[in-house]
Amino acid sequence: MTTPVVELRGISRTFDRDPPVHALRGVDLSIWRGEWLAVVGPSGSGKSTLLNVLGLLDRPTEGTYRLDGVDINELDDLARAGLRGRRIGFIFQAFHLLPHRTVLENVMLAELYVGAPRRGRQKRALEALQRVGLGDRADFVPTRLSGGQRQRAATARALMAEPSLLLCDEPTGNLDSKSADNVLDILGELTQGGLTLVVITHDEHVASKANRRVRIIDGQLVEVEPVSV
Amino acid sequence: MSDLRPHLAPRDLVEEALASLTARPGRAVLTALGTVLGVAALVATLGLSKTAGNQIVGRFDALAATDIVVTPKSAGAGRAGGGEVLSWDAEARVTRLNGVVAGGTLSDVDLHGDLVRSVPVNDPVTQTEFQLPVKAASPGLWQAVRARLAAGRLPDAGHSARGDRVAVVGANVAEQLHVTRIEDQPAIFLGDKLYTVIGVLEAVSRQASLLGSVVIPEGTAERDFGLASPGSVQIETRIGAANLIAAQLPLALSPSDTAALKVTAPPEPRRVRAGVQSDLNTLFLLLGAVSLFIGAVGIANVTLVSVLERVGEIGLRRSLGAARRHIAGQFLLESTTLGLLGGVLGAALGTIVVVGVAASRTWTPVLEPWVPLGAPLVGGFVGFLSGIYPSVRAATMEPVEALRSTM
Repeated sequence: MTTPVVELRGISRTFDRDPPVHALRGVDLSIWRGEWLAVVGPSGSGKSTLLNVLGLLDRPTEGTYRLDGVDINELDDLARAGLRGRRIGFIFQAFHLLPHRTVLENVMLAELYVGAPRRGRQKRALEALQRVGLGDRADFVPTRLSGGQRQRAATARALMAEPSLLLCDEPTGNLDSKSADNVLDILGELTQGGLTLVVITHDEHVASKANRRVRIIDGQLVEVEPVSV
Repeated sequence: MSDLRPHLAPRDLVEEALASLTARPGRAVLTALGTVLGVAALVATLGLSKTAGNQIVGRFDALAATDIVVTPKSAGAGRAGGGEVLSWDAEARVTRLNGVVAGGTLSDVDLHGDLVRSVPVNDPVTQTEFQLPVKAASPGLWQAVRARLAAGRLPDAGHSARGDRVAVVGANVAEQLHVTRIEDQPAIFLGDKLYTVIGVLEAVSRQASLLGSVVIPEGTAERDFGLASPGSVQIETRIGAANLIAAQLPLALSPSDTAALKVTAPPEPRRVRAGVQSDLNTLFLLLGAVSLFIGAVGIANVTLVSVLERVGEIGLRRSLGAARRHIAGQFLLESTTLGLLGGVLGAALGTIVVVGVAASRTWTPVLEPWVPLGAPLVGGFVGFLSGIYPSVRAATMEPVEALRSTM
């Protein structure tokens, strides 16, 4: 049996407030290679916290997290940043494209911090753009793109570093339904190619595209359907 | 695990910082404006004080740098009964030297308590007796002190040789003694001896005490008041010859005892210059520093605003694997670059101001080479300092919080 891409065991995250906020309570979750996992739940349920923990943007208060078999608790901040850049791609609801840089330059940012050689970076970025069907928009600035195109550009950026895990936070939240479907189709194709996808959404339509769904309520994770892979 | 650590190639860092700056060129220029003005003020003040200082030095150089006074070292010399270090032919010995423009002797004459009187007029209200300094001068002295006459003439070698009882008085003294019309050959008494006033001094460039004195020919002083030997020698040299002449003088004037003379030569011109400038520079530099500080606050302020505006970008970069130090490095490099840019523009502007002001006053612009070359470094340093706090803010920002903001 191979190791799962993500293995969470008894993960809790408590925020030090008065009264303390238990955003995650004892979450156990294994995500396997090629899975498309949708995380649903009402706002304030702990979805974003789970995404931050998965993306190494936040440390759990309790529990162990293994990414590709590596125990995250044993890493210092610097190593976690390095691992984040190499193994994890992010897609945000707000796209987070730099407005004054061309689409191509935005995609090339993905290799900035991972020690990839400069040589061929432009070519690899262009290839990533072609995978999301934006090869002809490489020299545009993001402000001239439609919402769907922007999210595809962001997807290309997330793909460029060839991550093992792609984390999407409401990827279609700012898109009309046609653009949303377009982006979801691209994401679907990527999982076919072996990419592991975690999509956080409160949109049932988006969640229905996934091949596995979990629900978070009050920080506790519930499997919605049995594992289908 | 070292291979897991994030890397950022220096070239990539530079490109990112420059791209961020050029993304908003207008803002970059406006941000750098404070530093531009600060550095320009600094360069301009340094340059202008140097230029102005050079002019001031140039003006009194001609007078001060050619002035030599020789006096005997022992206090009693020159008076009756004192050592006779300087001889009566001192003027001839001095003017023989190549490089001496003019020279003459000047001595204090002791009246043994007698007063100087104007011709008695029976007016009980007016004072007619004064205790005035009386000096004896050789003919060459007048040129050496650049005397200018208000009226009359100066005594010549003949007066001195014959011991004529003639006198030259300063303008103030003339008024005190009621000497008004030189043509009338006014007379004054030095003690009980009657002297004819033949000239009234208007101004002297050296030995200003002459203006408040009664000056008689040297030969007359010897005969009437027992002047034993000249009290001092006043010399004007050609420009640049002062130090050479000063070295030759003891041997020329007192070959038997060169150590008996005290030669007062002008200080090295360079030292004069430095003295003038340190006074001017203190104020000017303070002004420049204040404007530079304002520039620094400007950069710090805009960089901080920029950090807060670019929260999303910071979060994104962290999500792409940037370590805190990479975020801090980028903002620090951006602020330093802004400072450097301000420094370059400021140095150029300051230099233009110096040249422009100098041209309008027909001065020679003087600027130390290290001023325009060092100015950009000062600007860069200011930018670096201003960027520290915003960079730390950016680096310590939690990516979770940062990404929640929308761009």
